[in-house]
Amino acid sequence: MTSTAELDGRSIALRGRIVDALEGGRRGHVGASLSLVEIIRVLYDDVLQLRPQEPRWRDRDRCILSKGHGCLTLYALLAERGFFDPDELLRQCTPGALLGGHPDTRVPGVEASTGALGHGLAIGVGLALAARMQGRSSRTFVVMGDGEINEGSVWEAALSASKHGLASLTAIIDYNKLQSYGKVSEVLPLEPLADKWRAFGFGVREVDGHDVVALRQALGAVPFAAGRPSLLIAHTVKGRGIAAAEGDPAWHHKASVDAKLVAQLRAALAERVHA
Amino acid sequence: MRKVAINSIYELAKRDPRVVFIGSDLGAGVLEAMRCEMPDRFFMEGVTEQAIIGIAAGLAMEGYVPYINTIATFLTRRCFEQLAVDVCMHHLPVRLIASGGGAVYAPLGPTHMALDDFALLRTLPGMTVVAPCDAPEMARTMDASLDVDGPLYVRIAKGGDPVISRADLPFALGRAVVLEAPGEVLFVGTGVMTTRALDARALLAERGVRAGVVHAHTVKPLDVETIAAAAARVQLVVTVEEHFRNGGLGTAVAESFADRGMTTPLVRCGFSDAYSYDFGSQEHVLEVAGLDPAGLAATVMAALSTCAQAVPVGA
Repeated sequence: MTSTAELDGRSIALRGRIVDALEGGRRGHVGASLSLVEIIRVLYDDVLQLRPQEPRWRDRDRCILSKGHGCLTLYALLAERGFFDPDELLRQCTPGALLGGHPDTRVPGVEASTGALGHGLAIGVGLALAARMQGRSSRTFVVMGDGEINEGSVWEAALSASKHGLASLTAIIDYNKLQSYGKVSEVLPLEPLADKWRAFGFGVREVDGHDVVALRQALGAVPFAAGRPSLLIAHTVKGRGIAAAEGDPAWHHKASVDAKLVAQLRAALAERVHA
Repeated sequence: MRKVAINSIYELAKRDPRVVFIGSDLGAGVLEAMRCEMPDRFFMEGVTEQAIIGIAAGLAMEGYVPYINTIATFLTRRCFEQLAVDVCMHHLPVRLIASGGGAVYAPLGPTHMALDDFALLRTLPGMTVVAPCDAPEMARTMDASLDVDGPLYVRIAKGGDPVISRADLPFALGRAVVLEAPGEVLFVGTGVMTTRALDARALLAERGVRAGVVHAHTVKPLDVETIAAAAARVQLVVTVEEHFRNGGLGTAVAESFADRGMTTPLVRCGFSDAYSYDFGSQEHVLEVAGLDPAGLAATVMAALSTCAQAVPVGA
């Protein structure tokens, strides 16, 4: 599946927030953040039961960005939802800043500190078990990268999620087909990906990960199979929204974002608006 | 000691609803009573140490106090990143109850010998590291474990260990115990090696050498005050541990002496910087490493001789 969805005004504005943060911190995981925008947008706009003024509200839904390097997108949504002052985006990755290059729980709204890959799903299993034991209706969502699921710990956690029949747990894979070095299909092939997760006991669906309507529909339909954890494969494009970055592994991370690059990014987004 | 540790989890679970147990494919029948009585707080997962630590972290984030039991090497090396990221970065009250600490599994070879656990876990911010010396001290440790701030690692020895801990002395995690007043020599031991230090003390007494013994059941945070005070007037400090010489108790003591500008001669007794393929018993490999009482006494005599030579003429 490839993405054919157009980006609407909100999706482009959110990417503008990401560029704000890139400009402030002069570094960041560009491609990995841009592929995530619609997934995180739909989760935080439409799916998650949250109280931004009460981030630790007991009955909230839990969401872990397990691919922590996509944090600029999470920061953009948390700022928009009022978890913290959006001006914090402009200071990300600078000395004394609230927001770092990977998310941590000092940040209101961040459920778990991540960055090292392959950790979120197991933590999510623990959160989902706790919700069941405590009789809460809280649901748990874990967003992973495609490269991330190379980690064996992900599959260990999948076995436990399935064993415990954690229907309140939904894992989402940002399947942008590119990991740091190059194509997922060449570095460590994942296909048949949906079948793998089905075999691990998950209810599985696939969706265009830039189509907000399709994402809403899919995430509104969890669990996909009664009594089982759910896995949503979101087909995305790395670097989506910035034509020059789309599908180019060189944009996975930029360690020296200068004014020229920021101008290039803003111009690329402006083109989208006028397209 | 293992039985006490594991049964304590059940007892703790009965008195505190936050306590949950997670095992990793342990022996059949472990904590059967707890499994039957409180199945929602008993988890027997597979051979998945990485996921287990993450699951425990998730449970702890929601207010539970997970006690995890498996073999020490698998609970430290295999899931080290999970311990750092999932548990320690979140400073969660996860309890790591490690079976077969030290050379207990010597017959099974170096994959199963936990001679690096202190070193590994000592580097993790907020982690408390404890090695009780006998079953009664394990009981005290487990009793105190519920209230430890942040994560806790407890090393279980072989079992059937001679009882040397004393109920008449105060027990608190983080506080070393002076079992014998210092003489010319001070042993600082941890875990079951404190027993060997006491036995070595008796052998030294026969040779006219007086040795004190401090038992540091808590390797981290190390009770530097008690150890430094006991070491103040001795000629020689000897650390004794069932661990590589690198990175464990001896290293911690050396660091604390250096930080304080203490120049007391220090000998660190432990296993050399090599994996052992000597498949004998625990006692056998301890003896080969010079960690049996006779070996420790010999080390002390040799070191005292060196110290004496180093004393300036007329001093």
